[in-house]
Amino acid sequence: MTEERHFDQELHGLEMKVLEMGDWAKQMINLSIKALVERDEALTRKVFDMENSVNHLHMTIDDTAIKLIARHQPMAVDLRFLAAAMKVNTDLERIADMTVNACQTGYYHLFKEPPVEQISMISHMAEVAQEMVHDSLEAFSKRSVTLAKRVMEKEEEEDRLKAQALADLLTLIKKDPPRSEVFVELILLSRNMERIGDHATNIAEDVVFMVLGQDIRHPGNTFTPL
Amino acid sequence: MVNTVQPSTGLPLKADVKDLDFFYGTHQVLKKVSLPVADKKVTALIGPSGCGKTTLLRCFNRMHDLYPGNRYGGEIRLQPDNVNILDPKVDPIEVRMRISMVFQKPNPFPKTIFENVAYGLRVRGGLKKSVVAQKVEEALRGAALWDEVKDRLHSLGANLSGGQQQRLCIARALVTDPEMVLFDEPTSALDPIATSKVEDLVEVLKEKVTILIVTHNMQQAARVSDFTGFMYIGDLVEFDVTDKIFTNPSNKLTEDYITGRFG
Amino acid sequence: MNDITLKKDIARRKRFDLIFKWVGVLATLVGIVTLMTLLVDLSVDGMGKISWSFFTSFPSRFPEKAGILSSWVGTTLVMLVTALVAVPLGVASGVYLEEYARKNWVTTLIEINIANLAGVPSIVYGLMALGLFVYKFHFGLSVLTAGLTLSLLILPVVIIATREAIRTIPMSLREAAYAAGATQWQMILHHILPYSLGGILTGVIIGLSRAIGESAPLITIGALTFIAFLPPAPVTGSFPFINFDWLSSPYSVLPIQLFNWVSRPKKEFHLIAAAAGLVLMGMTLLMNGLAIWIRYHYRRKIKW
Repeated sequence: MTEERHFDQELHGLEMKVLEMGDWAKQMINLSIKALVERDEALTRKVFDMENSVNHLHMTIDDTAIKLIARHQPMAVDLRFLAAAMKVNTDLERIADMTVNACQTGYYHLFKEPPVEQISMISHMAEVAQEMVHDSLEAFSKRSVTLAKRVMEKEEEEDRLKAQALADLLTLIKKDPPRSEVFVELILLSRNMERIGDHATNIAEDVVFMVLGQDIRHPGNTFTPL
Repeated sequence: MVNTVQPSTGLPLKADVKDLDFFYGTHQVLKKVSLPVADKKVTALIGPSGCGKTTLLRCFNRMHDLYPGNRYGGEIRLQPDNVNILDPKVDPIEVRMRISMVFQKPNPFPKTIFENVAYGLRVRGGLKKSVVAQKVEEALRGAALWDEVKDRLHSLGANLSGGQQQRLCIARALVTDPEMVLFDEPTSALDPIATSKVEDLVEVLKEKVTILIVTHNMQQAARVSDFTGFMYIGDLVEFDVTDKIFTNPSNKLTEDYITGRFG
Repeated sequence: MNDITLKKDIARRKRFDLIFKWVGVLATLVGIVTLMTLLVDLSVDGMGKISWSFFTSFPSRFPEKAGILSSWVGTTLVMLVTALVAVPLGVASGVYLEEYARKNWVTTLIEINIANLAGVPSIVYGLMALGLFVYKFHFGLSVLTAGLTLSLLILPVVIIATREAIRTIPMSLREAAYAAGATQWQMILHHILPYSLGGILTGVIIGLSRAIGESAPLITIGALTFIAFLPPAPVTGSFPFINFDWLSSPYSVLPIQLFNWVSRPKKEFHLIAAAAGLVLMGMTLLMNGLAIWIRYHYRRKIKW
């Protein structure tokens, strides 16, 4: 009764593209942190190059999804998958953007200053963010609400880390005003990492919509679909 | 029905189907089907061939009475008077005067356009000519056909195009001010533009009459209906608001059908 | 298959096409040529005898004075009775069998019987009519008896034509009528009868054009071969303006008159027999032409 249709193959192809983009994003997080910690200019340039591949996938995925909707008039789970794929696409592109921003912060500013130990806060946040991105993409690939929920739990930790980093860096600015520019750069980097985490959470919420048909993005809001 | 929850719409009903069985000889075609038909809304029935949706539709105007060997079980209660239209004591002609039907292949009579539309009034008798003419015009306007035929009311209906013929049949169904109109796959023999005209018409008609439509085209059900029932081998598998059925159905069988994995 | 074999194969098949086409043409020509020969033969002998006085004179011992007045009037009156009896009975039976009767072994039996009746030799009808109408009911050797006999003869044709015509009406039209709230009788009156009228009329005319040429059964029930008076007129100048005396009158018909003249030794009688034959053929062709025109007319109006 249930047989693989040509449409299923096309859906699967699109999913592979999204996961491929996810791999690029994860790699870019990885490399950008390495670059910042090791103050490696060549590595930051590599991250800048990788953005091209990500942007190409960004456009391909949206284009493919639109065409599948037009041609096949998908319903129910197929429709929700395509809507989710397009949203995840956006989040992944933003994540890649964040890594590029981080690398730019390093390349143009941090590397011109002497190294600063508080970079470790950033790399910690980056690790958490990276886990969140990894888990959210797993949730997407395995259609797992459990994994999606795990991502949302980690968001709390990421928020905590960000608040901590912000507090610490503000204190440092007051204590050591001449070096405040560096500390401000680090605050910006922490923002980048937090934003990456946010986007991972978005992906997780999209997964829940895709699997259950429930929109959990704004709890407490009184919106109810018909 | 497969689950034991009685489906409801939360709206006033035009008809209430309760535990409807239908037998063709010894073969059971419908199995304890219960579903609400909301007043002045469009309810669609979908499902693969042989699921019983057309059989269910034709119970509403006692079409099965025309052929030997058919038997009804259960009830269909028509509101507001709560009469069971399947009761053998209820005259099928009375039922057909309240509930009219549009068929799959346009079947205008080999008569003039005017005679076609006026037929429902003619069988009742007792109306003045001017009243009949006025009602015919109203019906043709209601079917979005008046402008196209007003100058040739006395030419043959068979000379119209397929889409026009079907709208003629719709006008014929409307002329008697029915409470409910049954549509049996009304556009399956029409081209896309004619189909779209009929679907637009259904949108407008539902303000005045309750509509029950059987269609094997799921996209059509998604486009025109407020409520959808999915049937499979004589059972009503799922019944819900159309939006829900097509974005997030509760039953796996429903989902497999509407995503095209079978049927 | 290469090009040359393909061409040869097509040529071979086309040859068969051509052969069969010519076989068809020849077969058709046989019928047409026969008819033409018949007409020409009759015309050569009889055309000269066709005149106004031929139509208005009674038969006589003298061929120059003999005419077909009594026989064509007789034919017309008998056909009138035949039609008036056969059509209502036949159509009503046909409608009953198609619309009301349930399909069980009884109706199948009736169907078989009707089909058989269509093949019964006409002289047998004559014998039956003699016993029933002439002796039992005492209708006598009259126009009424002749009309009744011939109506029984063509009744199966009318019934079958009615049924066939009704059968062509698709179920979807009936369902549409019922769905609009019609009763069974309304459906029959408003739809079944009007739509099958073409087929019914065609069947009636074909039956009548068979009946018009019948002589054997009529001889059996006493059609006269020599009659020098006309039946009383159906319309009179005084009250009650219509009388039915003509039904019980003796009569003659064209085929019998023809037969009578042909059996006489004098050659002149053969000539006027040919003339009578021409008139009979003319009436037959006219009726068949009418049937064709009716069929054409209704086919244009009744479309589904």
